Amino acid sequence: MNQRIPVTELASDFKGRAREALADSQLRSNFRTAMDSLMRKRADAFSDEDEREGLRELGNHIRARSLSNLPDLLEQLETRLTANGIKVHWAETVEEANEIVHGLIEAHDGRQVVKGKSMVSEEMEMNDYLADRDIECLESDMGEYIVQLDNEKPSHIIMPAIHKNARQVSALFNEKLGEHVSEDVDELIQTGRRILRRKFLEADVGVSGVNFAIAETGTLLLVENEGNGRMSTTSPPVHIAVTGIEKVVSNLRDVVPLVSLLTRSALGQPITTYVNLISGPRKPDELDGPEEVHLVLLDNGRTGAFADAQMRQTLNCIRCGACMNHCPVYTRVGGHTYGEVYPGPIGKIVTPHMVGLDKVPDHPSASSLCGACGEVCPVKIPIPELLQRLRQENVQAPGHEPVSVKGAGSKYSRKELLMWRAWVMLNTRPAFYKLFLWGATRFRALAPKKAGPWTENHSAPVPAARSLHDLARDHLKNSSIRRERL
Amino acid sequence: MSARTNILNKLRTSLAGTKPRPDEFDESLVTGPWRYPPEERVARLRELMEAVHTEVHQTRQNDWPVLVAELLAKREITNLLYAPATPHGGQLASAWKDGTRKPELRVYDRPIEEWKVGLFNDVQASLTGTTGGIAATGSLVLWPDRNEPRLMSLVPPVHIALLKASGIHDNWYDMMTAQNWSAGLPTNVLLVSGPSKTADIEQVLAYGAHGPKELIVLILEDV
Repeated sequence: MNQRIPVTELASDFKGRAREALADSQLRSNFRTAMDSLMRKRADAFSDEDEREGLRELGNHIRARSLSNLPDLLEQLETRLTANGIKVHWAETVEEANEIVHGLIEAHDGRQVVKGKSMVSEEMEMNDYLADRDIECLESDMGEYIVQLDNEKPSHIIMPAIHKNARQVSALFNEKLGEHVSEDVDELIQTGRRILRRKFLEADVGVSGVNFAIAETGTLLLVENEGNGRMSTTSPPVHIAVTGIEKVVSNLRDVVPLVSLLTRSALGQPITTYVNLISGPRKPDELDGPEEVHLVLLDNGRTGAFADAQMRQTLNCIRCGACMNHCPVYTRVGGHTYGEVYPGPIGKIVTPHMVGLDKVPDHPSASSLCGACGEVCPVKIPIPELLQRLRQENVQAPGHEPVSVKGAGSKYSRKELLMWRAWVMLNTRPAFYKLFLWGATRFRALAPKKAGPWTENHSAPVPAARSLHDLARDHLKNSSIRRERL
Repeated sequence: MSARTNILNKLRTSLAGTKPRPDEFDESLVTGPWRYPPEERVARLRELMEAVHTEVHQTRQNDWPVLVAELLAKREITNLLYAPATPHGGQLASAWKDGTRKPELRVYDRPIEEWKVGLFNDVQASLTGTTGGIAATGSLVLWPDRNEPRLMSLVPPVHIALLKASGIHDNWYDMMTAQNWSAGLPTNVLLVSGPSKTADIEQVLAYGAHGPKELIVLILEDV
C-alpha cells in the first residue's frame, strides 16, 4: 500500500510542472485561500512590530550561536542523551539513516511503524524504504496520512495536504477506505482518528522528528497540535527520532523564543496544543513510555552547506514554512512543482546541498526576489541573498575552484557568458555605447522578432526611434534656451 | 571512519580559525512583553485556553470533586481514570463515597502492556494534576510520573486537569527559571494548551484529532 505513484510529477522538470500547476484552477484556488489565511494569522500573532523584530533578532542570534559551536554542541548533546538513556546514531547519507532505522526495527521484529510528522524522514523516503522490506510505516499526522493514502508527497512542510479540499479528501476516503462520502471536515477527521487510534495501539515502533534538540539537558523537543506526535513517541515500545545535525541548541532557555517564533510564524498560534519534551526512555518505576529511545542524526548535505559561511545561514532554519506562505511563486505553482522534499523559498536554498544544484537548476531562478521570504523569516535567513548566490554558482564555468555547492555550474553557457561580456563592454565604454545607440535606433526595423523564451508570451522589444540620451539632450537644450529668455 | 567522526571532522574543518559566538541571550525579550499583575494571570490563561475550546472552571479546594461529578454526569461518562496515591486523587476518592451514584473510578496501576487495549478502548475520561500553568500562552504544564503516567492525559477522550491559581507563572521562561528546569528534566514534560486539534483539511479547525477531544481545566483559587 505504500508504493508511491508520483501522480503529480507528470512533467519532468520545474518549468513543465509549473505550467501544469498554473493551469489547474482548483489547485490555485486551494493554495491562494490557504496562503492568504496563513499570512493573516501570522500578522495577527505578531501585532507588535517591536516585539516581533526583537524576537527575530534573538532567534537569529541563538541559531547563529549554536552553529558557531555546532560540533561541540553535538558532542555535548550525545553525552547528555546517552547519560539519560537515549541512544544516539550518526548517518552521513539517507541510505545510512534508513539502514540504522531498519536495523532497529528488525531488532525488535517490528512489522508496524507509526510515524509522527518528520521532514527528515521525508528526505530519507523512509516509508518506501521500509515498505520494500515488508514493514508498514504509516503516517499519523492527518495531513501526512491523507497524502500517503493518495500516494503523494507533502506539498507544504507544515500543511502537507493543503493542495486538497474537503471534497477531494472525502472522495479519497471513499475510494481507499470505503468510507461514505462526507465533506464535513469534523467527520473526515474523526474517520482519521478512528483508523489511526488502532494503529497507535498496535504499532511496534514509533518514529518522529525533532524540532529542537537541547544539549544542556539532553532533551528532544517536539511541537504539534494533533497529539499524534505524543502518541507516536509514547505508545509504541520503541521510539526512533530522526533529525538533521543542525537542530541542536545549547540551552533549555534558548527554546523559549524559538518555540514562540516557530508556532506564531507557522500558524499564527501563540503556542501549539502540545510541546513535548522527551529526556529519556521509561524509567524502572514508570508505567508507560517506550523502553528504548533512539536519535538518528542525519547529515545529508548539511556539512556541505555548513562549509560556506554564507550558505551556513541556511541551517538557521526552524522549518516554520512562513517563507512559502508569503512567496508569490509558491502560492501560484504549489508545493509539488518543486519536485523535492522542501518546496518554496527555503526549499530552494536547502535542496541544492542535499541533491546537488544540477538536479534543481531552475530553483534559484524561480523567484521574483521580492524579498518577502527574508522579511518574514523568524531567524532572519537572508533568503533572497542566498538565491542570488546560488544563481551565480549555477553558472560557474567548468573547472572553477573552489566548488562551494554540489553540482554547481550546470547552467553554465559559453554563449550567455559572451553576451554578458559584450554587455559589460558596451556599458563601461562610452564610445561603444554611443555607437550601439546610433545603430540600434537607425536599424530598429532589423531588431530580431524572436528573443528566446521572452517572446513565447510577450511581443518582441523594438528599440525606439530616438534614444533617451538623445531626447534628454534636446530637452536640456530647450530648457537652457528658455532660461536665456528669462 | 565512522559517520560520527566524518561529520564532526567536516564541521571542525569548516570552523577552523573561528570562535564560538558569545551568549547574548536577552531575557527581557521573552519576559518583558509577557508580564501580568497577579490578579490578571487567571483571566489571561482562561481567555487563551477558552479561545481554543478548553472548558475552564474556577472553583475551590473543597468544591472541585463535586464539580467533577457534575461534569461527568452531564456527559454521561461512566468511568474515570484517576491517581489514588496523589493528594487530589485521595480527595476525589473520599468525595466519591457520599453514597450517590458516580462513575466508576479506575486506576493506572500497572505497566501499559498489561492493559493497553483497555486504556484505548474503555476509559472515557481521566483526571490529573498539573505542575503549573503559563499565562502568556494559556498552557498547562504536566510532569507525568508513576502515579499519572504519560498516556493518562492523552488517550482518554476527556481530560480533566487541576490547576492551582498560585501555580500560574507569567511566562515559560519565568517558570523554567523558578523551577530550575535546566538542572535536569524528568522523562517527559508537557505543555498542554487545549484539546487536540488539526487544521490539515482546508485549514478548517477540527477538535479531537488524536488526543483528548475535550480538555476541562479546573482552576483552584488558592490565592
